[in-house]
Amino acid sequence: MFGTIFNADFFASSIRIAIPLALAGLGGVFSEKSGVTNIGLEGMMLTGAFTSVAAANFSHNPWVGVFAAVLIGIVLGLIHAVTSITFKANQIVSGVAINLFASGITVFLSWLFFNETQIMAVTNLPIWGVPIPAQGETSGVIRSLIVIFLHHSPLVFITVIIFVLAHFTLFKTPFGLRLRSVGEYPEAADTMGVNVIKMRYIAVLASGALAGLAGSFLSLEQAHFFVKEISGGRGFIALAAMIFGKWTPIGTAGAALLFGFGEALSIRLQGILEIPVQFINMVPYLLAIFVLVSAIGRAIPPAADGIPYEKEVG
Amino acid sequence: MKSKNRINFYSLLEKITPLIAVIFALLVGAGVILIIGEDPIFVYKVLFSNALSNRDGWGNVLFRATPLIFTGLAVAFAFRCGLFNIGGEGQMYIGTFLATWVGFTFTNLHAFILIPLCILAAAAGGALWAAVPGILKAKTGVHEVIVTIMMNWIASSLTFFLVLKFKAPPTEAMVAAGVKQMIPHTRQIAEAARLPRIYHILKSLNIDFPSYNQVNISFFIAIAAAILVYYILWKTNLGYEIRAVGHSPLAAEYGGISVARNIILAMVISGALAGLVATNEVMGFKYRWRQELFTGYGFNGIAVALLGKNHPLGVVLAAILFGVLNYGGAIVNIFTGGRIPRELIMVLQAVIVIFVVISDEVVKRIIRKRRKIS
Repeated sequence: MFGTIFNADFFASSIRIAIPLALAGLGGVFSEKSGVTNIGLEGMMLTGAFTSVAAANFSHNPWVGVFAAVLIGIVLGLIHAVTSITFKANQIVSGVAINLFASGITVFLSWLFFNETQIMAVTNLPIWGVPIPAQGETSGVIRSLIVIFLHHSPLVFITVIIFVLAHFTLFKTPFGLRLRSVGEYPEAADTMGVNVIKMRYIAVLASGALAGLAGSFLSLEQAHFFVKEISGGRGFIALAAMIFGKWTPIGTAGAALLFGFGEALSIRLQGILEIPVQFINMVPYLLAIFVLVSAIGRAIPPAADGIPYEKEVG
Repeated sequence: MKSKNRINFYSLLEKITPLIAVIFALLVGAGVILIIGEDPIFVYKVLFSNALSNRDGWGNVLFRATPLIFTGLAVAFAFRCGLFNIGGEGQMYIGTFLATWVGFTFTNLHAFILIPLCILAAAAGGALWAAVPGILKAKTGVHEVIVTIMMNWIASSLTFFLVLKFKAPPTEAMVAAGVKQMIPHTRQIAEAARLPRIYHILKSLNIDFPSYNQVNISFFIAIAAAILVYYILWKTNLGYEIRAVGHSPLAAEYGGISVARNIILAMVISGALAGLVATNEVMGFKYRWRQELFTGYGFNGIAVALLGKNHPLGVVLAAILFGVLNYGGAIVNIFTGGRIPRELIMVLQAVIVIFVVISDEVVKRIIRKRRKIS
């Protein structure tokens, strides 16, 4: 039984499930590292998922879909940035409003353009990497490694590159230092000549772009369709991954993989254990709560996270 | 004398910011309607005239406002304690299911016992579901926003499991036609558990009112809940403590108020309010449980609370406005033959929230600037 669950396909699907969580979670890292809470990731993801399928279907080019999703994520990020950075509104309220807006606008536009709330993607990205060798052509281990790591949607590889770049940018460049400083102690950063508002805008727009990309993967690559509320709380699970990953790219990726593993396992167990499917569906959410509770005390958010910056005028 | 007038003007301005936000949102909505090639003036005319020009319209508006009053109060109450209860949706699922279960299980009880019992079950179910994020927040500090959202999804799965377990037997007509229930729903609750419709009351007073109108006694329960929330928050020790924690947890703790205790209590009361949606949707309308009945009320409650500035009176007014938009939006959808999807209303509601937040800040800035000048 063990072998039938934990085979190469299982780990490959764990990775695929983890990708949107990791991307959105990284969005959360950027935003919160700069001092802006972003509850709106869920809505940005949902809008990205819709836009991606819609744009890909209209242009018959999946890359246009991916690009459009990133773009719409940036637009929603801009709305969040304007309300919460420029107007210093409550960041959670702004995020909630973005989620409400996303739920409404995606269904509204689905009706308007497609006359239904489930839209099949007419085109998909090609598979990149090494083709899977036939059974017996190579050794089982090599075949498994190819299935798990080297045979995926381009977005999987792009995600890995993004994470490497994000880690490098945040922790090894002056830009990253400035970004983290405005999230820890904006007054000091301001005194040192860092433009707090600008840094926060960049971070929030980046988080929108990443959430949009996550949404694109969800609809275009994972489901091959868009349906209303397809994001299903993943934006919030991504936030849980971010917290569990202590607000670092590497940690967030690890936590996202843990969630991917949990969800893939719950899908596998459906056919094996005599548990009603509704209880299996609860697993990712229960796991998120459990992970949050266990992260407490170890995970410390950026000091100025969630606090609008008031420039002292004097 | 003049400066006093000016202060009054600004405090008035502060109070009517939601109104300004609504007007701006309607303008944005008009833009959207224009973009999709329809006439905004016609659309708004259909929307408001159908909702407000006759008793049937008003009945429909109040019927749609009632659940939003409950969920709006739920969000507002928690907010006064500094908590963001985004879990109204899940708390509502559990509370309404428990009330329905009581309603179709204890069928031999008298209405005088069964109705209060159902209401109690609704509140208890919501309170129980809200207690989890409350306790986790109070004891471990886990942010309530993420936990309440997770609890929403868990509640959705759990009630889906329960509704299949307590699924109504197929009716004779369905057996004859060989069809299954498309959307699973439970058995009906007992006659004794049902709340009377307003129509019955108005008929006995000889006031003309359509018999098919669904507005029921639950509206008055919602108003009573709003008054109770006002009383608790501003006239009791508990309310004082909850508001103190909401204002500054550190100061409250220093003043000898238990932050943990008040966080849990605020969440529990908030959840109970969300559960009371059962009185309108189950006890006053469908008499059974079906998930589609409730979807969205929890989230719209957030918008209602924000628009109502987290004050019970504001919540009631905001809920009625949303009732107008929801009912009018449905009519517009029919009137235009589906060319204007009713989700336009959802978009409008979200835009209202964003504008409320922004206009609050703008007004605050204007006032600050004026104070500095004077």
